[in-house]
Amino acid sequence: MFRTTLGAFALIGGLLATSPARAAGEAIAIPNHPFSFDGVFGTYDRASAQRGFQVYKEVCANCHAMRLLSYRNLRELGLTDQQVAAIASQVQVQDGPNDEGQMFERPGRPSDRFRSPFPNQQAARAANNGAYPVDLSVIAKARNGGADYLYALLTGYADPPPGVTMGEGMNYNRYFPGHQIAMGNPLNPDQVEFADGTPGTVENMARDVATFLQWAAEPELEQRRAMGVKIIIFLTILGGLAYAVKRKVWADVH
Amino acid sequence: MAIGLHDSDFKNPVIRWVDQRMPIFTMMQKEYGTFPTPRNFNYFWNFGALAMVNLMIMIATGIFLAMHYTPHTSYAFDSVERIMRDVNFGWLIRYVHMNGASMFFIVVFIHIWRGMYYGSYKAPRELLWMLGVVIFLLMMATAFMGYVLPWGQMSFWGATVITNLFSAFPFVGDWIVTLLWGGFSVDNPTLNRFFSLHYLLPFVIVGVVFLHVVALHITGSNNPLGVEPKGPQDTLPFHPYYTAKDSFGLVIYFIVFAGFVFFAPNFLGHPDNYIPADPLVTPAHIVPEWYFLPFYAILRAVPDKLGGVLLMFGSILVLFVLPWLDGSPVRSMRFRPVARIAFLLWTVCFFVLMYCGGMPAEEPYVTVSRIATAYYFGYFLVILPLLARLEKPLPLPESIARAVLGGGGPMPAGAAAKPMDKA
Repeated sequence: MFRTTLGAFALIGGLLATSPARAAGEAIAIPNHPFSFDGVFGTYDRASAQRGFQVYKEVCANCHAMRLLSYRNLRELGLTDQQVAAIASQVQVQDGPNDEGQMFERPGRPSDRFRSPFPNQQAARAANNGAYPVDLSVIAKARNGGADYLYALLTGYADPPPGVTMGEGMNYNRYFPGHQIAMGNPLNPDQVEFADGTPGTVENMARDVATFLQWAAEPELEQRRAMGVKIIIFLTILGGLAYAVKRKVWADVH
Repeated sequence: MAIGLHDSDFKNPVIRWVDQRMPIFTMMQKEYGTFPTPRNFNYFWNFGALAMVNLMIMIATGIFLAMHYTPHTSYAFDSVERIMRDVNFGWLIRYVHMNGASMFFIVVFIHIWRGMYYGSYKAPRELLWMLGVVIFLLMMATAFMGYVLPWGQMSFWGATVITNLFSAFPFVGDWIVTLLWGGFSVDNPTLNRFFSLHYLLPFVIVGVVFLHVVALHITGSNNPLGVEPKGPQDTLPFHPYYTAKDSFGLVIYFIVFAGFVFFAPNFLGHPDNYIPADPLVTPAHIVPEWYFLPFYAILRAVPDKLGGVLLMFGSILVLFVLPWLDGSPVRSMRFRPVARIAFLLWTVCFFVLMYCGGMPAEEPYVTVSRIATAYYFGYFLVILPLLARLEKPLPLPESIARAVLGGGGPMPAGAAAKPMDKA
């Protein structure tokens, strides 16, 4: 058994077997959820990501910042300049100092970063029972399982199984490491009303916001994959040529 | 040769003019054109050239990253994400650099493995080998400091764990740690000096690589048979034979590289490094980058801190004396039936250690790490010295040409020492 295991490791070549991403954490199996961006050729479902932004704006943004994103980035989701300007102008951002040396509030512009709900981490903790609502800008890259994990987490709230004692103010979640999460169940049926008629089920909202957060974390994904396909095709042809040259050069000495 | 102008063979008047005054064209012609190279290389001999290309890719992408990166604890994480989002093709440059580090270690691990399997470290190539170990150590230091720069959770805690190792040394330990940190904890001065050194060390590597190549071109390359070339029938000019072969290997390497960069750029990374560094929150499991895992496993296999640190450094330093531990005159493992099995088992142990290093420090991984660590050192310190006396090697081929061409006589005229077309 031991020898077989050793042999298997050697075959796998260590690389696949030992990716540290897989190494950390008592693994709670995260179910695979089908997303539009899965696989090698997947792309972002723009409508889903737009609805996801709506979920973020109306639900998540009450506690969670996304300080790495700007309103102008929303154009990549298919929103028009006018729509982006309208979204940005809904928030008040602090600017200044002006010529009198005073800070002042003004409506947001597309070039502004997403406004954070709290001025600093201490304020965020104070308002949330000591727990810090993490920034969601790159959350899909910062968790094992990525968007699958986010979907599982958002749909994973349940009553604690018998025998499990919950800490004060904690909520049971099937997929959160340790199963006790400070964040209350954020999504309830019909909490968000989608303009395109998509039913506001928890699953729909979770899928849409997971898509939005995946896009926020990897806005370059589509460009990256498209370029990758071209480069792999190019390199395959070049490799064939290089091999032919090598064969020709070596033909007289073998 | 008269004092004054070099006697150049080049016909092109411009090249000739330069070459007479500074014979770099003659040198290149000698070292990379007609350079006699054993005719029997397999594809393992591509990896030196691949490592050279990889080093250049790392330096090129690194210079562009440094133009946009801010080495400050408050801005480092955000500046990296700004590169990913707002810098034109910044995501490409960063992912190439990030995965380039992993590719570099893949390539260099194979390069070192090839040297060990075919006995390339043996006389007269001991110094060549030792310079290679120096490059490997410099690479590890560079990679470690580079991983700290994005200032994510694994950056910070990896830096904390690894720098703390030096405190195990008696008397000077704490002093070394303070010097590394630039203070009394991993903080902004640490990040600043790591950035500075991360920019400096690659150029030191370039210098040692140059010496590595110089030493190589004195002794000439080893080969899969481990038998020295005895004459022109055993060698081929480097160009076009090995330039062609290396070119093909290079494209294959680029395909693997592109696979990571474009389709799985974060596969070899750790998700925690996309969480900004927080000195108040310790990650559940602090793991180094995959290429450090075998050495990390050796560190953790020893219950004593100083012992673990010494063994971890020892696992690399032992390579310096490998040429003298292995006294067998036969280079290639092809002709060493027992040593071959012992070495392949050592290779398995390396991967086992890599696996255990990524696992939490608990059973059964600790015991497995200890067994693998014992074999790792046992191979160098016991098995190789013993086998040098006890093992009966298989008969060596008379010459490379005879082995490769299958009992044939000397090479067909013209093929072996085909002169290269002059520029």
